Amino acid sequence: MSIDTDTARKVAKLARIRVQEDALPALASEFSAILGFIEQLNEVDVEGVEPMTSVTPQRLKRRDDVVTDGDQQAAVLANAPDAREGFFAVPKVVE
Amino acid sequence: MLDLTYNSPKPKVIAGAKHDWELVIGLEVHAQVATKAKLFSGASTLFGSEPNSNVAFVDAGMPGMLPVINEACVAQAVRTGLGLKAQINLNSAFDRKNYFYPDLPQGYQISQLYHPIVGEGEVLVEMGNGMARLVRIERIHLEQDAGKSIHDMDPNMSFVDLNRTGVALMEIVSRPDIRGADEAAAFVLKLRQILRYLGTCDGNMQNGSMRADVNVSVCRPGDYERYQATQDFGELGTRCEIKNMNSTRFIQMAIDVEARRQIAILEDGGTITQETRLFDPDKNETRSMRSKEEAHDYRYFPDPDLLPLEIEQAWVDDIAATLPELPDAKKARFIAEFSLSDYDASVLTAEVANAAYFEQVANGRDGKLAANWVINELFGRLKKDDRDITDSPVTPDQLGKIVGLITKGDISGKIAKDLFEIVYTTGGDPEALVEERGMKQVTDTGAIETAVDAVIADNPDQVEKAKANPKLAGWFVGQVMKATGGKANPAVVNKLVVEKLGL
Repeated sequence: MSIDTDTARKVAKLARIRVQEDALPALASEFSAILGFIEQLNEVDVEGVEPMTSVTPQRLKRRDDVVTDGDQQAAVLANAPDAREGFFAVPKVVE
Repeated sequence: MLDLTYNSPKPKVIAGAKHDWELVIGLEVHAQVATKAKLFSGASTLFGSEPNSNVAFVDAGMPGMLPVINEACVAQAVRTGLGLKAQINLNSAFDRKNYFYPDLPQGYQISQLYHPIVGEGEVLVEMGNGMARLVRIERIHLEQDAGKSIHDMDPNMSFVDLNRTGVALMEIVSRPDIRGADEAAAFVLKLRQILRYLGTCDGNMQNGSMRADVNVSVCRPGDYERYQATQDFGELGTRCEIKNMNSTRFIQMAIDVEARRQIAILEDGGTITQETRLFDPDKNETRSMRSKEEAHDYRYFPDPDLLPLEIEQAWVDDIAATLPELPDAKKARFIAEFSLSDYDASVLTAEVANAAYFEQVANGRDGKLAANWVINELFGRLKKDDRDITDSPVTPDQLGKIVGLITKGDISGKIAKDLFEIVYTTGGDPEALVEERGMKQVTDTGAIETAVDAVIADNPDQVEKAKANPKLAGWFVGQVMKATGGKANPAVVNKLVVEKLGL
């Protein structure tokens, strides 16, 4: 699979990463190289092989339904560029 | 299990300018899972808390924080699946749905696109008059809720509260089996009833515990039957998705207005663009959410922070063993066991608390009479005071005794209403009250006879008139009832008056 400049621009936009127009061709070709490398995996025959999700046998860790966290409004808001009355304040977003 | 049989309702037909059209509707209902803590963090799910006080660093999307699943959320999803007679998937997995929005600090929502925890099920949606629509459920998956943005506190800023961020939702997806706006509303209400019976969602639509996205398309008569036969969506029209509605009234309004919009476009020779729309109840219109269109490229991929969710059949069986009697079964049993009408059985089974109350009143008594008293007198009185059945001043035991007294013939229906009012306002044991206050109905023919004779003897003029016009017998009955303080058995009085007057 090869990534063209348009796809690179779209991916950058969806990821909210600003990329200058003249940097896109190089980025696209880098993407293509990475995907090409990964695509070699398609050559392996995995017919009938269960996907491996962990190298050691593990079960998804669960927690009990108990409130153990929260009550830390100041800490949660500490890094916010703007916070008012306990809320994060962000530039207006309205549908 | 008892089963009731129903016929499928006719689809809603909308007359366009040129043709008739039919509606095809599918719903995605987001139901907040009833648990104390969130899906992947230990923060509280309590509604109405201080902003950003129920937030763990996981919910705030802080770097390096890892999600750990709340087992109770999984159990609730399984329970819901079992309640909807659905397939439970012992292996499911979580995926990331990527998009940017201020109330989603992670930059992605953890959801289950490829391997949902619950598969196909069904919901029977009763429409009255022996009609019901069987709506197929396609899947239920677990996912995180987003936070809440408030837009009206400042002219230039939006305020974000992350308390809801990461709370567990069940997304319940129906097949496009719903054929009218009223059916869509009834589907949501039936689903809400089942979830409340199961205790897996509180169903509080005002607080946003249940919200629905509605997929609407229109087709020509005959198209839908072809779709049902082939399951080929090509037979149906292009759909639009109306987002995020938390009222059944708005759902109905939105479907009506959206169907008319689509029909107008199609009859004008246009085509429908598949898109997300928003319903504006003030203007009664739907409009395109263009901003969402590009964001629709969600770039889902399996969440690398979470192993697949594997559950054991034995665990599912344990949950199944604790399922309560569900609305359909309860209603069928009420009809069979207490000879109730379909309507009364529906009213009494609407809420678990109502049904439980009624069963205690009806226990060992006349079920039909008990139903009348619970529905008409008790519910009516509670409604007048804006009270809930759970804080009814009259206990089921007290109301049961009143019903018992009526059945035994100890008190008349009229006196029973007075007695009910006394018990409602001041409490007390109905049987003792009847004795203390001398409210017992007089069925002793001798005593009633004396009263009838007295009234006849005192009113010779009326006797003459009654002989000419037998309808006046009612006046004598009234006088006797008055003389006996309403305690005489009206049927006995009536019989004696007619006899004595020789009518």
